[in-house]
This record gives sequence, structure tokens and C-alpha cells, in this order.
Amino acid sequence: MNQLMNSIGNWVDERLPVSDFWKKHISEYYAPKNFNLWYFFGSLSMLVLANQLLTGIFLTMHYKPGAETAFASVEYIMRDVEWGWLIRYMHSTGASLFFVVVYLHMFRALMYGSYQKPREIVWILGVTIYLVLMAESFMGYVLPWGQMSYWGAQVIISLFGAVPYIGEALVEWIRGDYFVADATLNRFFALHVVALPLVLVGLVVLHLAALHEVGSNNPEGVDIKAKKDSAGRPLDGIPFHPYYTIKDIFGVGVFLTLAAFIVFFAPEFGGKFLKPDNFVQANSLVTPDHIPPVWYFTPFYAILQAVPDKLMGVILMGVSVLILYIVPWLDRSPVRSLRYRSWPSKVALAIFVIAFIRLGMLGLSQDSSTFELRLWTFVYFAFFILMPIWTRLEATKPVPERVSSS
Amino acid sequence: MSETEPLASVHAPEDPSRRRLLGAATGVVGAVGVGAAAWPFLATLRPSDKAKVIGAPVEVYIGTLEPGQITRVQWRGQTIGIMRRTENMLAQLPSLTDRLRDPESDIPQQPAYAQNEYRSLRPDILVVNMHCTHLGCIPRVIPEVGAQPFDENWKGGFFCPCHRSMFDLAGRVYTGVPAVLNLLVPPYSFSDEEHVVIGINPEGVA
Repeated sequence: MNQLMNSIGNWVDERLPVSDFWKKHISEYYAPKNFNLWYFFGSLSMLVLANQLLTGIFLTMHYKPGAETAFASVEYIMRDVEWGWLIRYMHSTGASLFFVVVYLHMFRALMYGSYQKPREIVWILGVTIYLVLMAESFMGYVLPWGQMSYWGAQVIISLFGAVPYIGEALVEWIRGDYFVADATLNRFFALHVVALPLVLVGLVVLHLAALHEVGSNNPEGVDIKAKKDSAGRPLDGIPFHPYYTIKDIFGVGVFLTLAAFIVFFAPEFGGKFLKPDNFVQANSLVTPDHIPPVWYFTPFYAILQAVPDKLMGVILMGVSVLILYIVPWLDRSPVRSLRYRSWPSKVALAIFVIAFIRLGMLGLSQDSSTFELRLWTFVYFAFFILMPIWTRLEATKPVPERVSSS
Repeated sequence: MSETEPLASVHAPEDPSRRRLLGAATGVVGAVGVGAAAWPFLATLRPSDKAKVIGAPVEVYIGTLEPGQITRVQWRGQTIGIMRRTENMLAQLPSLTDRLRDPESDIPQQPAYAQNEYRSLRPDILVVNMHCTHLGCIPRVIPEVGAQPFDENWKGGFFCPCHRSMFDLAGRVYTGVPAVLNLLVPPYSFSDEEHVVIGINPEGVA
């Protein structure tokens, strides 16, 4: 029996490098032995992506795009399709949780300098994934064709109207009509279920390919590839399988427990994940009293609000996301991890996190003070603009050659 | 190369059987979890509540159905024929026994209460799923007795134009035709003398 399996395996391996692939990326991919809690969020992002793809495919089997049918078909999924409510809530909750894990994943990278040489491309691909994810979730939010879908689309698409000269024509082209209409919904459907998921999956593959080329960073920021044993394996590395697969399974267990709690007991999450207005069908004659974006966009929405000019606001909002791309070159520190930096880096990151959260809260509210909006917007940008200065000037502690055994 | 020596950072388990047990337990629990999670996904593919409502029992008024006349209704997308057979038609049925594949309706193509000579609850009223049991066409109804292009001794029945399958007026299939099963009798009952309900068994039948 074993012999048969072996010969089948060899037959395949001579034609398709399955074993090589498994070794290179799983069983002989050496990850630093000192991963901590923050390293769960990469694999959890993959889990949520898989959840979104799977639940999305099943939703597509029942959903009917089109201004006349979309809203009713979502309610049909919620009420008439067996377990349809579960699949729908797994998808809508999954979207929010996707951003939760991605934000934590990005914070981890900022904390441990995971974007530094030689991981710039890993970071750039990651930021691109984040951008595509924003487009993907926005278009997904439009599909139920509720009031929030409709007016959210109205607002976001109108942002493109700020582009000088071609703005109006651009907006009309995006909508495919003179207002947000059936044509808009259908193209968003195509992009949401086919185009962007393909792009996302492709980017994730590249993100991992780049990561496995340079190797994972770790909380110490130690380059584990500098010290290898006689067989060329990093002394402080352990094979991804079984060590980190086991660890990640534990993380998955905890994550799924929390996710299940939300899906079953608070799928709308107090209006944060799904807004009450979105349970009312889109109506081009009635604008809801308040149209805040979903929570994961609110920090950028707050930056938009802080600027008293349409074009400048849109530009600043765009820059606030795109500036992430140049973080690897803004950071001039000779060490990666925050653990070997001094107080300026620690304070700056802490203030940045506060600014990001505070902006998120301000963007959610209707009557935020303009002063506060501008203060935190200023802090947000100051973090990036001043990064080259403090990272160059601050004292750093020497990074050990090996991951400590303690 | 990895077999040469264990990695310095990796320690061999002190008791491998313990690790094996934990691994197997994780695998089993994981498989149960995946199975449980797969259930809702697969269940969404079943007919929805909307489809079930549309597929609800259909009540048909047969008070104006003349002897020898057939009416067709849709139930769950299937064409159901309801025919009031004449005394003459019923009298022809026993004579066909040796030309039929399953004259006693031994194959459960009908509810138990319709497994009789006439394949019906009431002898005169035939309720039958009209779709040919070969490939699903709807046979023509030819109730007249007399020679037909496809059969010289035709005693009245159903003739499928797709592949020439023949059934008698109780929906029983002839031998030597592509179809091998009698026409399907759906569950049905009478709510009163003049109403047939298709999709509901008579009272007292599970």
C-alpha cells in the first residue's frame, strides 16, 4: 500500500513539483521561532478571504443583480433560502473582520519594521491588497441596494467629480447613467464577484511569494538567515509545518469562536457592520439623515471632512492611504523592531494609533468638531512626514545576532 | 538533506504517542467541524421556502370533467393529468395484462393506495404524472380504441411522440418500448367528491 502511494507520488512529482512546492513553502519553510500573538493575523486574513470567497459564491447563487431585484433577492436569501441568513451574515461580518485582521496585521508590520529592507515588495503588495480590499468591500456594500448602499455609492462616486476638467464626465462614466442606477449596480456586481476577487487572490499569491523569498521578519527584527547550520537552515528557524500550522490552528479556533459569536448574536454589530438604513430599499428621492461610511473607512472619511475644499479633501484622503507605500523609505532606522528603538518611535506609533482610532470615531459621528478633525488629520500626516527625522536621530539599542533563547 | 540531522531549534517529542493522539484528536474534531460547517452551505442549495410555497399542494375542481375527458394541471413544474375514465375504458384494462411490463404495479411508481387494478384511489378518476418515464416528454392522450400507426390493437392510452413509448389508460407501460416504468402517480387525495388535491396523501396515510 505504502509502496503504491510512493510510486504514485513519484509519478506525479516527475511531472508536477508537488513535493517541492510543499517543502519550499510549508514543511521546509523556516520561520523565526519567536513569533508572537501578532503573527496570527496573516493566516487569519487568508482564512477570512477563504470565507468571503466561499460564502460569496453561495450568495451569488441566490442574489439577483439589478435595481429591481437586488434588494428583494437579499431579503429572499435572509428569509426563504435555507440557512441563507447564516451565509449572508458570515459574508457581511467577514467583511468587517477582514479589516480588523488586516489592520492588526498592518500594525504588526509597523511595530516590528516588517516593511524594511529586504521586505519592501512584501509591504507594497500588502498595501495594494489593502487598496483592492477597500474597493471590493465598497462595491459589495452597494449590492444589497439598500438606502446606505445607494447613498454611499452616490457619495463615493461623486468624489471622482473633484478631478479637474474631466470630473463630471468621469463620474458619469463610472455610473453608466445620469444617477446611481441599475447600470452602476450591475457593473459593481461584475467587479465585486469576478474581477476584484481574481486580483485579490493573485496579489495574495504574490505577497506570499515575496515573503517566502525573503523570509519572515520577527518581533526582535533579527535576521535569522544570517546564522545557519551546516545544512543551510537558519538556526533560529523552525519549519512552518508542523510548528506554525499548529499554532495557527489554535489562533483560528479562538478567532472562529469570536466570529461565530458576532455572526449569531450581533451580526449587525449595533449598526457598525450593517446599518439600519440598509434594511430599507434604495430610494433616489429620500436621503437618509446621516450617511457615515462603514467603520473601516471612517478614518479617511474624517480626513475628507477636515478639509474645506472638495478637490483638496479628496487629494488628502487619497494621499492618506497612498502614503503607506513609501513607509519603507520614510523609516531611516537602522533597526527594525520597536523593541530596539527608543522612546520617539514608541511615542510616535502610539500617537499615530490614537489618531487613527480617533479619526475613525470622528468620521462616524455627524457633529465632530472641525478643530479635532484637523488636529488628528495633522497628527496622522505628521507621523509619516516626520518619520525620517526621528528614526534617524533617535538612539537604538544593538540588535542581538540570535533570537534570544529566553 | 533535512533527514541528515534534526534542526537545532527543534526538539524531538519525549513521548511520540502523546503527540500522535493529540494530532489524531485535532484531526477528528476538525473534520467534524468542517462537516458541520459544510451543512448550511449545502442546505442553501435545497428548494427555498419560496420554492416550497410554489410547490404547495394544488386543488383541482373536477366537477365539470366529462367522462373520457382529461385535464392537465401543473404541480411542482410537472404536468399532472386528471382523467375521468368511462366504464368502457376501465373494462379494457384487464385485457392488456400480457402486453404490459408491470401490470400489477409491483414497482413503486405509485403510492400504496394507488397500487391496484386502476392505479387510482377512485376507479374512475386517474391522477397521473404525465411525463414519460423514459426521458420526460409528455405523451399524447389517445383514448380511442382502434388501430393506430404505431399499434394495430390499440385499446386507448398514452403514446409518447419522442421515442414511441406506450402506456395504457392506467399509465402502465407496454413491453417492447424504451420506457420501462409505469407513469408516476403523485400523492393525491379527494377533499370532497368534486375536488382533487395533488400533493397531499389521503387522511390516515403517512
